[in-house]
Amino acid sequence: MCSVDNFFLLMEGFATAMQPMYLLFALGGVLVGTAVGVLPGIGPAMTVALLMPITYSLEPTAAIIVFAGIYYGGMYGGSTTSILLNTPGESSSIVTALEGNKMAKAGRGAAALATAAVGSFVAGTIATVLLSFVAPYVAAFAVQIGPVEYVALMIVAFLTVGALLGSSVLRGLASLGLGLFIALIGFDSLTAQQRYTFGSPFLADGIDVVLVAVALFAVGEALYVGSRLRHGPIKIIPVTGGWTSWLRKEDLRRSWKPWLRGTFIGFPVGTIPAGGADVATFLSYASERKLAKGENKKQFGKGAIEGVAGPEAANNAAAAGVLVPLLTLGIPTTATAAMMLVAFQRYQIPVGPQLFESNSTLVWALIASLYVGNLMLLVLNLPLVGIWVKILQIPRPYLYSGILVFAVLGAFSVNFTPIDVIILLIVGILGFFMRRYGYPIAPMVVGLILGPIFESQLRRSLAISQGDPVALVQSPVAATIYVVLIVIFALSLLLKRRQRQFEAMVAANADASDVVRGSASSSEAAVAPTAKTTDQREDTDR
Amino acid sequence: MSIIVVGYVPNALGEAAVTEAVEEARRRGAELVVINTTRADRLVNPAYADSEDVSKLEGMLEATGVPYSIRHSISEATAAEEVVDTAEEVDADLIVIGLRHRTPVGKLIMGSTAQTILLSARCNVLAVKLP
Repeated sequence: MCSVDNFFLLMEGFATAMQPMYLLFALGGVLVGTAVGVLPGIGPAMTVALLMPITYSLEPTAAIIVFAGIYYGGMYGGSTTSILLNTPGESSSIVTALEGNKMAKAGRGAAALATAAVGSFVAGTIATVLLSFVAPYVAAFAVQIGPVEYVALMIVAFLTVGALLGSSVLRGLASLGLGLFIALIGFDSLTAQQRYTFGSPFLADGIDVVLVAVALFAVGEALYVGSRLRHGPIKIIPVTGGWTSWLRKEDLRRSWKPWLRGTFIGFPVGTIPAGGADVATFLSYASERKLAKGENKKQFGKGAIEGVAGPEAANNAAAAGVLVPLLTLGIPTTATAAMMLVAFQRYQIPVGPQLFESNSTLVWALIASLYVGNLMLLVLNLPLVGIWVKILQIPRPYLYSGILVFAVLGAFSVNFTPIDVIILLIVGILGFFMRRYGYPIAPMVVGLILGPIFESQLRRSLAISQGDPVALVQSPVAATIYVVLIVIFALSLLLKRRQRQFEAMVAANADASDVVRGSASSSEAAVAPTAKTTDQREDTDR
Repeated sequence: MSIIVVGYVPNALGEAAVTEAVEEARRRGAELVVINTTRADRLVNPAYADSEDVSKLEGMLEATGVPYSIRHSISEATAAEEVVDTAEEVDADLIVIGLRHRTPVGKLIMGSTAQTILLSARCNVLAVKLP
């Protein structure tokens, strides 16, 4: 496969994505994505899960374009709440809050929003270009690998996702194990034996992935929010001035290098399963802080524009990077990517190394729609900040009752049986307790989705080797993957630890005076709620 | 001494309501009870005063010399219920609120605090419009 071919395929993808109908779908996707990105607690993964049953009636290309729009839009939206409220809308915007909110308080909120939006656009576009050129090569390599290597890759994905997508390794792995267990329920695909069904015909087909995802993300989150509804509202910092004058020459001069650095930090971090975008944002922040000189360095911690530009670029670049293993190997490394994998499976599109060959039109249309979506987001986001801020004023009971209705409808429409709704509620209650006790949800969903694929590949490898487990590490490629796994793992844990130090710093730095709670007389009651909101956000949804 | 209950929101309309209530309190020789509450059911509530707004309000009331108290809290009840209930509790002679134009659709979806207070209060209600 040579790159000229890829270029033509990409152009064909543009021809598809630019059709008015698909443009509309992309627009809908990015609008919904930004809205959910803005709202804390509701993320792109939950949204894709909720919309999955509705999109059954769409053709695959349209549905995938909508989901890609939601995915990118979510990355944009998160920055708005980080900057204006100091409450990150989703986990990859935590670092943005650090400098962004300080800028907003100093009356530079508009500049922070602008550098975040333009940086996201620049990074998203460059990273999508990288994706278009890197992915086909990875795919060409990936088609050559056999079940043994595949097993190795899955183990990499399991361990990194399980260990890194949460606050504690043990909880992450426990959550992963739970996902793998639910994946086992139902008929064994080789022997047709029933596993863990208790003889019940309702469980014989297994528990639908969409059901579990909707239950964990939507029902669990709704119950969690319901359980702690009373929180003082947060004061929003008004943005002054027209949006055209937002990015001054000085800001631009200080922003463009962090944008580019953020991109080249974010993309590679996104491609390796190291916990998705969050690690990238914090790496970018750390490097900007180190590289800043003189006056600019002193501004860090007080609202340095570099500290917004870099991480925001990094999280969008990482979002594109995550698509590389998803599209070429069929391995999702974040919850949203996992939900997109489910979408592919729904449409009977074989995910994995063959995807680029068997469905090249769809894949290239998807990639082209990412370029289009990015441009739409840039155009929409700056002028529409006012509307996104309005969304935050929706009373939560309205919001979450809407989500619950959607969730139940979706669950019922999977098979049109009431049993599914009961399963939804049971898993939802489980999700609530996971959330309550700090078990990350993403590893469970990834385990649930990859479990069956992992099982069939593992059994295939063992069948080839006639039951000899040593064969699993004998292939040179597989052995290399395991070695790389160990390296990635060590590296990621190190990064993760430093990230946590940073998050602690974010929490400590968070200035609580803008959070109003309690009566007027007790102003000391207003200490620390911001810090609390920050770490509450940690594992919800990526 | 008679008592006047004021519903306060941190914007121009809220200030107009308080100013009018001060006038009224002077005329009647009454005491003011200023209320600002939230149900805390939304992430951002522009109608809820932060500590800065409250100290500004205190300064403003202090300068007038009218006796006052401020009730600023998170409550289960809606703002309308809170105002009406407080008026009954302190046996107020008058409720002062700010009134702004609402579209029928807006009222259908979100309800109208002013309308609820006007209809359910047992005492007189003075509805203040933006000057």
